Amino acid sequence: MRLPGDIDLRMAFAVFMRNATDYRRTWWLNILPNFFEPVLYLLGLGIGLGYYMREGLEGKDFIAWLAPGLMASAAMNGASFETTYNMFVRMTFAKLYDAYLATPAQIQDIAFGELLWAIVRAMMYGVVFLIVVSVMSLFGTSIVTSPWALLLPVMLALIGAMFALIGQLYTSCIRVIDLYSFYYTLWLTPLFLFSGIFYPVDRFAHGEEIAWFTPLYHAVRVCRGLSHGEVTTSMWGSVVWMAVVSLVLLRVVPWRLRRRFFR
Amino acid sequence: MSRLALREEGFECGDPAAPWYRTVHIRGGVLGFRVRESGKQPFEIQLTMTSRMADDPGLAIEARGLTKRYGDRAAVDGVDFRIERGEFFGFLGPNGAGKSTTMRMIYRATPVDDGVLRVLGHEAIPQSDRAIKSRLGVVPQEYNLDERMTAREILEVFSRFYGLRGEARRTRIAELLEFAELEDRQASPVAELSGGLKRRVQIARGLLGDPDVLVLDEPTTGLDPRARRALWDKLIALGERGTTIVLTTHYMDEAEKLCDRLVVMDEGKIVAEGTPAGLIADNVPPQVLEIVVPEAAERRRLHEHFGPVALARVELADRLLFYGADGEALLRRLFELRDGTDARVRSANLEDVFLSLTGHGLS
Repeated sequence: MRLPGDIDLRMAFAVFMRNATDYRRTWWLNILPNFFEPVLYLLGLGIGLGYYMREGLEGKDFIAWLAPGLMASAAMNGASFETTYNMFVRMTFAKLYDAYLATPAQIQDIAFGELLWAIVRAMMYGVVFLIVVSVMSLFGTSIVTSPWALLLPVMLALIGAMFALIGQLYTSCIRVIDLYSFYYTLWLTPLFLFSGIFYPVDRFAHGEEIAWFTPLYHAVRVCRGLSHGEVTTSMWGSVVWMAVVSLVLLRVVPWRLRRRFFR
Repeated sequence: MSRLALREEGFECGDPAAPWYRTVHIRGGVLGFRVRESGKQPFEIQLTMTSRMADDPGLAIEARGLTKRYGDRAAVDGVDFRIERGEFFGFLGPNGAGKSTTMRMIYRATPVDDGVLRVLGHEAIPQSDRAIKSRLGVVPQEYNLDERMTAREILEVFSRFYGLRGEARRTRIAELLEFAELEDRQASPVAELSGGLKRRVQIARGLLGDPDVLVLDEPTTGLDPRARRALWDKLIALGERGTTIVLTTHYMDEAEKLCDRLVVMDEGKIVAEGTPAGLIADNVPPQVLEIVVPEAAERRRLHEHFGPVALARVELADRLLFYGADGEALLRRLFELRDGTDARVRSANLEDVFLSLTGHGLS
């Protein structure tokens, strides 16, 4: 089956399955941190820091306000790691893309297969987080309070797709692995700190106007809206924002990769 | 165009073993050159122009004026070749001759800058990449295997690219593991395998799609002699099954042993083409006297002594090569001057062809 952009789904699936086969070997090693991360953040920031913020934020307990944003960032991290370091290693050190390209697969199939896998990884991070906060909600810490939360896995997939594609774009542009330190310290870390996970973005002048142009802001807004059942038009606007960025990158990334490999 | 094909079209080709016989392929068409030397008179040249460039089902790969540039440098500089189906075809040349680049154009890893390339009936353009690649098997020069995976896992992963599933997939993988003699090691991570075994995993992977053409880029570089021989046996077996095999190498013994036909490449160009025996017969006298002499004075003495007795000569860093029709005569001539402890007589081989054509060695 072919998708627009001449993406052959069978080939993409083969690439996806390669990653799944590799992951199967060490899945318990990989999934464990996914579980610890939300627990540590919720304990350290939600319960620890939250103690000093008894008025909460925007009418919510601090931990309830904080958790959905952390969930969005967990999905961001899962997808980003997969399409930065992991993809770079497969592409350059393992020369796996050359092996793929010697089969009937084309670069757009490979990029799409990697994307599908990165989405699964993002969901592993995000959904484990969702499960943890849902269990906490059952035991009195009301974080996830709305049936709209059933849509969260779908949104985590979209968030994963968007960050996977941004990571792929960066990966397609760099030649040395060291350049990822910039991606992490000057891109992902600022997003993490200034996208309204820990405090509202209007804390800084023009915070909201600036944040609107950055991806994690929209991801956080959607996760928070769905968790708390505060579903607004501007939240759907954020969904559209992420979808549009993802669709554009879905065309740009194969073009970039083709220029890199087919020369 | 082979001599046989020329004969079929009614051209008189003369004795292919004759030293004057030449076939030259030029861009845009094939010209059969006949060059006859008659005493001191000028060459008599007979040109025969043929054109069989249309889609020929008997042809696996055809290139005309094939060119690949990197910046100002032409890595492949207007080469022409025709590989027939079922042939074991070689590209012999030193590193940097443009062999790998030619292979990469064939297996669609790099675009063609100029000229025409047809692979299995398809013009090598992006639109036909999938069609071409689905009928090709590729064994690249570098080991590009998932080191943590086992041979079986790798075959399972890559079988999906060829639409293999269920029973067909199991049988195919079992067949390939058997063919590559990897059954005992199928459960070991590739990282633990030797170079020769890794190469066999790559060959098994390349054969998953039951390709019409298998392309191997320097498959035995870096292997020990035993592993090389084992690999040769596999390739010969494949060739006997009817798979067209295209191989690059810088080992003249490998080209001589395996190839039905080959081209010699140097600096992006094809400098000669033919069967191993034909290339030797056409380009160098049949016997060589090889003498190990490092000192310049002794070299000069030998050069003067041999004079016109040697039909051709080559000077290498540590050796002098004198060529002639009769090896014993060369050796006798040497004994007139000195002893022969550091000398030996052998038959001319492809390395001599390469030396005579390019003036430098293969490695």
